[in-house]
Parts: sequence; structure tokens; C-alpha cells
Amino acid sequence: MSKDFTLSRRAALGGAVAAGAVIIAKPSVILAQTSDVIRFGHLTPRTGFLGPLGEYGVMAADLAVEEINAAGGVLGRKLEILKEDSVNPQTASTKAERMVERDKVAAIIGEISSASCLTIAQVAQRTKTLYINTGGNSDALRGANCNKYMFHVESQNSMYVKTCGRSLMAQGLVQGKKWFSLTADYAFGHDLLKVAKRFMEGAGGQFAADKLVPTDLTDFSALLLEIRNARPDLVIANLAGNQITNFLKQYSEFGLQFPVGGFGFDTALAWAAGKENFIGTWPVVWHHLIDTPNTKKFVAAFTAKYRKPPENQAWGDYLAVKIFAQSMNELKSTDSAKIIEHWEKGAKFDVMKTREGYFRARDHQMMHEMFTVSGVGAKAPNQWDIFAASPAVPAANESLEVIASTAEENECKMA
Amino acid sequence: MSTLFLQHLANGLLDGTYYLLIALGLSLIFSLGGIVNLAHGAFYAVGAYLTVLLGPHIGFGGALFVSPLLVALLGVAFERLLFQRFYRSDPILSLLLTFGLALVAEQTLRMIFGAPPLSYSIPSWLRGQIFLGDFIYSRYRATLLLIAATCVALIWLLLNRTAFGRVVKAGVQNPDMVGALGISLSPYMMTVAGIGIGLAGLAGVLLAPIYSIHPAMGQDIITPAFVVVVIGGLGSFWGVVVAALLVGLVKGATIGLGYPQWATAVIYLMMLLVLLFRPRGLFGERIQRFE
Repeated sequence: MSKDFTLSRRAALGGAVAAGAVIIAKPSVILAQTSDVIRFGHLTPRTGFLGPLGEYGVMAADLAVEEINAAGGVLGRKLEILKEDSVNPQTASTKAERMVERDKVAAIIGEISSASCLTIAQVAQRTKTLYINTGGNSDALRGANCNKYMFHVESQNSMYVKTCGRSLMAQGLVQGKKWFSLTADYAFGHDLLKVAKRFMEGAGGQFAADKLVPTDLTDFSALLLEIRNARPDLVIANLAGNQITNFLKQYSEFGLQFPVGGFGFDTALAWAAGKENFIGTWPVVWHHLIDTPNTKKFVAAFTAKYRKPPENQAWGDYLAVKIFAQSMNELKSTDSAKIIEHWEKGAKFDVMKTREGYFRARDHQMMHEMFTVSGVGAKAPNQWDIFAASPAVPAANESLEVIASTAEENECKMA
Repeated sequence: MSTLFLQHLANGLLDGTYYLLIALGLSLIFSLGGIVNLAHGAFYAVGAYLTVLLGPHIGFGGALFVSPLLVALLGVAFERLLFQRFYRSDPILSLLLTFGLALVAEQTLRMIFGAPPLSYSIPSWLRGQIFLGDFIYSRYRATLLLIAATCVALIWLLLNRTAFGRVVKAGVQNPDMVGALGISLSPYMMTVAGIGIGLAGLAGVLLAPIYSIHPAMGQDIITPAFVVVVIGGLGSFWGVVVAALLVGLVKGATIGLGYPQWATAVIYLMMLLVLLFRPRGLFGERIQRFE
């Protein structure tokens, strides 16, 4: 080879480094060029006490994207999903902004922490990007903090409380009864307690005790002793994440027999408690035993891919990705304004339950059925099917809105 | 004194025992090697995960022996490969090393077992409650207390009634002199690391049936355990024992008196007071190397 064409190793390395530096410094240059893909941003806590639930959301979002691409993608283009750990409200906001500004995502999906939902929603509003909240329950997100660019497939606290409340009333555990309530001492818990109190007082019950529990508490034995002494008619555990698992394990350890319930729940927590320990009545937005064709299909696909059934958090993220793709394909557009108009007009979606769901125009809350689950004990056939579920709430002859907050309870003024 | 208050004290005692199993290992490893083992909580988590893994095959009773042993072997491997390189260096280096190890261990657990918590229940032969009049206690917790007390007694015997213990104690005070006497501390350090880390593994096994088993579970315990070591004083066996039980009892009493929201804060308050008035800890010995 003639000397003129010899590239020294050092020069080659230098060139490679320079090229690399361009990529690192300006990824948007490259990303913006690839107009043959449509990107969604996915933000959810993947570490910390909500991390275990977030992981289910991530798995489900991946599955949804796979299925959408297998069916032809979005607007004939391939769908890509950028996934990030949202960590905390500040980081969530920074990452949401980067996804919109740099990566040009068409929509944002995810979250479990209501505080992070709020900061992402602010970015969504500022940049006019649609955001579907898949796991934040706080009523305030659908009330005082509601916003035109945020929609919710996750149910609000009011829906959880009214669903579970109906079940408790049917069991005669409300009117004239004494509740001992344990509440996680942070925004979610406080919001839930407020809604629970409103329900309880309206239904003629009373609180025997009302304890705030620090979110880092792992040992409930002291509280269990107090519960035993107070002899309540019902123990209400409005706790956070792993705390419910610890609570259930220790409740069974101390052999307490009072009925148990709570207004915030995830099936992963029941699985972690195990069939010997899982007791009580709990509300869920979805569960893997719902007897509908689409739930069966979703559960089969998820189980085949991840060797375990999906959790309710998986349902939320899966559904949100599917709803975005479906609406964009129907409207032949990713334009936020068009999608908002379509959804606010009451577009119906198959939400894998017995009835279709729709976003309520007033507060962008998905109106859909909920369920309560109760432990079946040691006779459970395996480690997953450890609960029995109620029929869908509300009943088939009722409006889906009866369990949601009313305009007076939770006023939303869309900006 | 009401029964309820007594029950809170009994619970505090259990908390103390739980801290003790972790803190004793931390203190042993620090006193002898000068390693601040921030990865100690990770070994506790590994102990719990091994129980979930082995339990269905060899039962809880089997896991009670096998899991801590495996964790101890893991500890020995880490000591040989990593810790021993840092015995003579600035403690900040071992701090960085073990902090990194803790992160790697947590992520490894997450990759192998997944992020969602795993379930493990109290075996049927240990279920049930103990009633003494109004007093109620879980049979499992009583067993846990008994096992922990036996371990502490065995370690005390090992340190105070055997030739092994004499070398370890001398090594804590003056490793150079031990070396000058022709005794290599290396195998002793390896054994102590194995025992200390094995204890963390044992705590993991014992707590698996009552706490939630998740990759970050080690983080929950490491801070209170350090507080116990600081309150008790470095190098003192009884210092750690007394501090762990004291922390547990004070915590229990705080809850018993009706201030549960102060239960965590009171531990740090105790540490603050001890640091102000007895910087070396309640029973801290004067260790030449650390002066």
C-alpha cells in the first residue's frame, strides 16, 4: 500500500474519538434525522420503594411496543420507546424535558409517584406534549392540579375508596363500626386518608384510631399490639409499597383476627406476602384473573415473555402505550390538540375489562370498572392466583362515574 | 407498668437483637481490619434471598444453617480478594470500595431475582403466639431472640475463652506486636470476616419470614447498625451488645409512651448525645491505631 493512504493508528483513534464526541455532544443531530420512527417517552420509578412496581410498568410497555410494531407500527412508522428511571420529582421533570426537547417524543407515559406525575405534567403543559399517568393516584392531580395535557388511566384515590368501600359496606364493616387506620405519612397517604374519612363519615362509621406511619417503618409489631388492645371492627392499612407486605406478614405472625382492608393496593404486594399471609379486602384497577379475552391474551403474552403474570401496574403502562398508538393511527396524526379533542369527545377504548372505558372530559380521568380482591388462603393453586375477585364495580346497570369523585368533591379547572 | 408497655419493650428488645446481629459483624471487621464495611447490608440481603432459594428444598431449618454458611464463605472470598488489600490503607478507600460493592450487590440481586419483592412465610412449625396472661408475643420472634442470644454467647466464648480470641484481641490493639511475636494475622482476619458476614447472613435468614425481601433491603438496616456501633464504641464486644439492646429498648419505650413518630429520631438523638459526651462510645476502648 502506498504511504499516502496509510492511516496511522493514532490518527484513526483521534478520528474515532472526534466522531464519538460529536455523537455525545449532539445526539439530537442524529435522532432528528431518523424520521422513520415515532418515539414515546416512558418515565417511572425503577429504584427506591416504588421501583418493584415500576419494573412491571417497564416490562409491559416493552411488550406493548413489540406488539404494535408487529402489527405495523404507528402511522406506518416503527414505534420506539425511551425508558428512564424517574427517581424523584425533580429528576422526572428534567428527564421529561429532555425527552421532549432533545429526543422529540410524541408522548410521555408512566409514573407511580403522584409528586412526579405533577412535575411531568407541568413539562407536558409547557411543551404541549401529551402525558398519560399510569400509576399516580392522588385526587389532586385530577382536581386542583389538573391540566389539559395530562390524562389518567390509573384510577384516582376516590375510585379506590368507593370501590373498596362498597365491598366493606356489603360485609357490614362500615355503619356503626370502629376502624383502626394506619396511613403512610406522605402525600399519597394523606390524600387517601382525606378521601377515606369523607367516605367513612358519610357512611356512619367512626375511627377508633388514626395513626400516621413513617414510610421507612418496617416493623409493625408495636402497632399490631395497639390494634390488638383497641379491638377494632376493621383495620384499614393505607400504606405504601413494601409496607403493605411487611404489615400483612406480621399481622399473620401475631395471629390477629380482625378483618383487614385498605384503599391503595397492588397485586405484587399480595404476591410478596404469600398465600399464607395475604388476607383482607383490597381494591385493584385490574388483575390478571379477569375473565375477558383481551386480559387472557395480555396475561398469556406477558407470562410467555417474562415467566410471571402481569401486575396491575403492568396493565396501566401497557394500556397507555396501546391507547396512544390506536388513537394516533385512527386520527392519522400525532398532533396533541387533535388527540385531546378526540379523547374529550368520549372515544371508547377496550380496557381489557367487561365494559369499555373512556376519558372523562372534565378531569381527564379514565372511567372504567374496578375490582376488589380478597385472599383465598392456603388453598390457592399456585403463588400467583392467591386471591378471588369481586364482580366489576360499578355494576353493569350503573354509570361508570358513580365511583369517581364529583365536581364538588374535586374541582378541576383546565388551564 | 401496663402490659402494653411491656410488650413494646419486648418488641424493642427484638429490634435490638436484629441490630445486634448486623452491628457485631461490622464492629469485628472494623476493629481488626479497619474496614468500614458498607456492603454489610448487602450480605444480609443475600442471606434472605438464599433462604427463599433454598427453603423449598431443604426447609427453613436447613436454610437456617446452610444460608449463613454460604454467606460466610462469600465473605471469606471477598476478604481474600478485596478487603485484605485495604487493611493498611486510608479507611476512606475501603469505604469507597464497600460502598461500590453494596451498589453492585443490590443491582446483581435485582438482575437475578427481579425488582419485585419475593415472598417467604414463617414455617408452620414456628407459627403461633405465646400468651402469658395479657401478654402476647409471636412464637417466631421468641425463637429468633433465642437463636440470636445463642450466637452472641458463642461469639463471646470464642473471643474470650479460646486462643483464637486472644490473638484477635491482641490484633485489634496492636497488630505490629502480634506480627513481631511471629503470628500471622491473615488467617484470623479471614475468619473474623467470615464470622461477621455470616452473622449478617443469619440476620437475613431470620428476618426473611417477617420482612419484605427486596434487592434494597440491605439499605434499611445498615444505618441503624452503624449507629449501634458508634454508640457502643469500637472494639468493645459488650459495647455493641449493650448499645444494640439499649437502642432497641429506648425505641420500644418511646413507642410505648405514645410517641411512635419519634421512634427513629430517638436513635440518632442517642448517637448525638454519646458523641458529645463520650466520643469513643459507651464502652469504646482506646485503640492505638485509631488515635
